Amino acid sequence: MSTEARPGAGTPGTETMTVREAIRAALREEMERDDRVFLMGEDVATFGGVFDVSDGLLDEFGDERIRDTPISEAGFTGAGVGAAATGSRPVIEIMFSDFLGVPMEQIMNQMAKMRYMFGGKTDMPVTVRTTEGGGMGAASQHSGTVHTWFAHFPGLLAVTPGTPAAAKGLLKSAIRSDDPVFFFENKMIYEQEGDVPTDPDFTIPLGEAHVEREGDDVTVVATQRLVGESLSAADELDGEVSVEVIDLRSLYPLDTDTLVESVEKTGRLVVADESPLSYGVHAEVMARINDRAFFSLDAPMQRVGVPDTHIPFSPALEAEVLPDADDVRAAVENVT
Amino acid sequence: MVTADVETADGQTEILRRMLTIREFDSTAGQLFADGEIPGFVHLYIGEEAVAVGACAALDEDDYITSTHRGHGHCIAKGLDPARMMAELYGKRDGYCNGKGGSMHIADVDAGMLGANGIVGAGPPLAAGAALTAQLQGDERVALSFCGDGAVAQGQVHEAINLAATWDLPSIFLVENNQFGEGTPVEKQHNVENLSETAEAYDIPGFTVDGMDVVAVYEAVAEARKRAVAGDGPTLVEADTYRFRGHFEGDHQPYRDEDDIEVWRERDPIEAFKRRLIDAGTLTEDGYEELKSEVEATIREAVSFAESADDPAPYEAYDDMFAASIPEIEQFARKARTDGGESR
Repeated sequence: MSTEARPGAGTPGTETMTVREAIRAALREEMERDDRVFLMGEDVATFGGVFDVSDGLLDEFGDERIRDTPISEAGFTGAGVGAAATGSRPVIEIMFSDFLGVPMEQIMNQMAKMRYMFGGKTDMPVTVRTTEGGGMGAASQHSGTVHTWFAHFPGLLAVTPGTPAAAKGLLKSAIRSDDPVFFFENKMIYEQEGDVPTDPDFTIPLGEAHVEREGDDVTVVATQRLVGESLSAADELDGEVSVEVIDLRSLYPLDTDTLVESVEKTGRLVVADESPLSYGVHAEVMARINDRAFFSLDAPMQRVGVPDTHIPFSPALEAEVLPDADDVRAAVENVT
Repeated sequence: MVTADVETADGQTEILRRMLTIREFDSTAGQLFADGEIPGFVHLYIGEEAVAVGACAALDEDDYITSTHRGHGHCIAKGLDPARMMAELYGKRDGYCNGKGGSMHIADVDAGMLGANGIVGAGPPLAAGAALTAQLQGDERVALSFCGDGAVAQGQVHEAINLAATWDLPSIFLVENNQFGEGTPVEKQHNVENLSETAEAYDIPGFTVDGMDVVAVYEAVAEARKRAVAGDGPTLVEADTYRFRGHFEGDHQPYRDEDDIEVWRERDPIEAFKRRLIDAGTLTEDGYEELKSEVEATIREAVSFAESADDPAPYEAYDDMFAASIPEIEQFARKARTDGGESR
């Protein structure tokens, strides 16, 4: 059990921890398990990460494996690719996902394409952790949600945990994967608590969604912060509408089976994701349902997201564009 | 075998053989491309042979290299098999990348060849990463990144060298200054006289050597390798050389005069080294002709291997995207395996 953890609130073999603690525990366990794993990024070591995620790991693992980098995303992301191709298993932290434009060349033309271009003759066991999301007045260059780009680009896997358990289990799978995995952390849910299995072999397979709350009338497929917001909306609607909430967890590969099974039961779908609405995760989920469960639908599918703006600075403006429980509730009510 | 001792007669003959092999491989590839036998496009290394061969001869078998879009020479110098290289140029299954890479992406990770690269300047960060693996694992491998003069203007090359210098990574950055970044002369792309001057900014050694002299390149890289293995970090080596062909085959080269090529041809690296060996009594004209015939036979066999190799099956387009099986892709692979896919 990690030092900061509390016993789980009722489920045997679990402990209660925050998303931040869950990510830290995953990093610690995987670094203990495999000495080829190391973490590098801006201020991940002495500072402990700008959101304190890797706090304390420097003392445990030393500065070779918990490695502060220059502010040089193209350089150290490329180095991560080269290290992964030669037998290391790097975890790269990009402090804010808005900075992903800087190393994009190394991501799109090297990390994503090497295995394929080389006829499968290299593994690419690299994990990229980064933070997304608005809500803290960080303005447009520190608040974006860009995971759709990476889920869209061939050769990359992408996950978006919405709970502490998902964060731990998915990060462990990402680090163990021989493929490049992007791990998107919503910065507003680092303090969110939940029960997390303590077994060091606990992992969550990449490509599995999870039903967080069962319901009969409407399926809400949500990611990251909007999982919690959707659960709140479902609580509010309890007694009027029975809402099923699914944490999508993996954007690519995407667990179409779990989504189809749910929509076949409920006949209604809301997709809640903090991406800009156009061309996003919402559209992909809807396309999968269109292909496999069109005749189960009783109402038009709905999407909840950011209305194609950047995230503005002023709290008055930020609240306008960021989706929350009210928006999920409105979408549910729209189709019931 | 990659390492060759420039001091011994055997080593010198091997170095000459490798330069001749690159020249013959690329002359043949150019002709096959003109004849329509090779799809896509090719970038030839003719004129620059001394750089790849001199550098790789000074490396150990297990060292890593990263390459450029003009990578055939680096591959041969690192010991790759011309037959499997040629098969890759033909897009055949028996090529190094099973036909998925082509001329610009030949790689053999097991041989330490981390790939030719279609993106100018992308190799140095990869080399920094390979050097980081070597540093973390505590072995004596080094990573050498070949990049062109054009790449030195790229931001990620600066980032890679800064990272390598700051972390003392066992690495060598070898700038092949062939006088042109694609179709623009080097002096229109850079504000320094010698590109090696940029080393000062990182507080690492920087040298400009005659890239038409295989021994000069060898000695510079051997020295750089010693530094790298000793934990003293990277060295920037600029090799002044010349591209006898266009940027790509078919390039009509409005950016230079035929006269300039003739001036550089006087310094042909293969002729120069051959002359040196003959003058020293290490090689005879007959011995040279024999060596040349052997190399020509090797490349003829490579072409014959490539011509007779199988095309990949259409369903192989779906292989190798990921280590894991991904349903989104597997559905198309299944269909192509069943119905044969779309053949040419």
